[in-house]
Amino acid sequence: MAYNDFDERGVYIMKEVPSKRRVILAAARQAFPCTIPIFAGFWFLGLTYGIYMNISGFSFLYPMAMSFIIYGGSLEFIAVEMLLSPFAPLQTLAMALLIQARHLFYGISMLDKFRGMGWKKIYLIFGMCDETFSINYSAQVPDGVDRGWFMFFVTLFNHLYWCSAATAGGILGSLISFDTEGLDFVMTAMFVVIFLEQWLKEKKHYSAVIGVGVSALCLLIFGADSFMIPTMACILCLLTVFRQSIEKAGDLS
Amino acid sequence: MSLPQQVITIALCVFGTMATRFLPFLLFSSKKPTPKYIQYLGNALPSAIFGMLVVYCLKNVEVLSGSRGLPECIAILAVVGIHLWKRQMLLSIAGGTVCYMALVQFVF
Repeated sequence: MAYNDFDERGVYIMKEVPSKRRVILAAARQAFPCTIPIFAGFWFLGLTYGIYMNISGFSFLYPMAMSFIIYGGSLEFIAVEMLLSPFAPLQTLAMALLIQARHLFYGISMLDKFRGMGWKKIYLIFGMCDETFSINYSAQVPDGVDRGWFMFFVTLFNHLYWCSAATAGGILGSLISFDTEGLDFVMTAMFVVIFLEQWLKEKKHYSAVIGVGVSALCLLIFGADSFMIPTMACILCLLTVFRQSIEKAGDLS
Repeated sequence: MSLPQQVITIALCVFGTMATRFLPFLLFSSKKPTPKYIQYLGNALPSAIFGMLVVYCLKNVEVLSGSRGLPECIAILAVVGIHLWKRQMLLSIAGGTVCYMALVQFVF
């Protein structure tokens, strides 16, 4: 009865119930344009990753399977080195947890948005990489478009871009050479835009300033390879210490 | 590394990744109300996360050598400028990326 209603005189109104197929198609059509920057970025990075695996002596089946089931860019690059080194399971697990720890923050931010998504929720969480999280968190889904299917398609499209690019790179290997130096900046540009949009939505910018400031400071102190964990810890501390002022400022979107 | 060892290594990478993605949802099930503090974090974190991701993308920029981060600076300013001007996500991203590619290929 969700789509049917009674008007104020008690007359039963039949609203048009959109067919399931139309709901799904509308969500896919809405989701696709949001993923175009990621298409460019993932094809560049994915091809690079596949080529890297190919010249490291692995069959294309490796990048294909790994991009599909690990689905986390930076760890996959590091996994290539792990596969070429002596077997060290504990170190591998510790490394994976450390590199991927930032996903904990994404999950906490998405607890509400993924509520009531049914079976889709499993896939939405599985495919929640940096880029997919950023789009699904920040995209304004228009009224009438199903948010669950929208997020599902954003996740699916990104997942497919990454896998197909990694597989293509693994098959073609060093046969391809391209002059696309600098194309990887597409990801940076995307995060800058999302950050800016978030900034424009807020009245006060405590959290945004904490995020940039702490990350930059930790990068200076700890260096590029090990600054993420201290960064996350400091962000948590500061957000906890300044909880009252942040909540009072009401700059929570 | 033998094939079973490779499989275990890849499986551990999958497990590590999925543990970090699924853990918050396992800890705070949708049946019980989420603690106020976690709700607060869920609202306050994203701004900080997007700031962190921007820095994360720039982590390998050498400020003291080479082009000293100038192309990155200019291209980010271009992204911000185009975005404040037109407020169209794809245009800002494309404009900034083309600007960056031109800078690193022809200028620096």
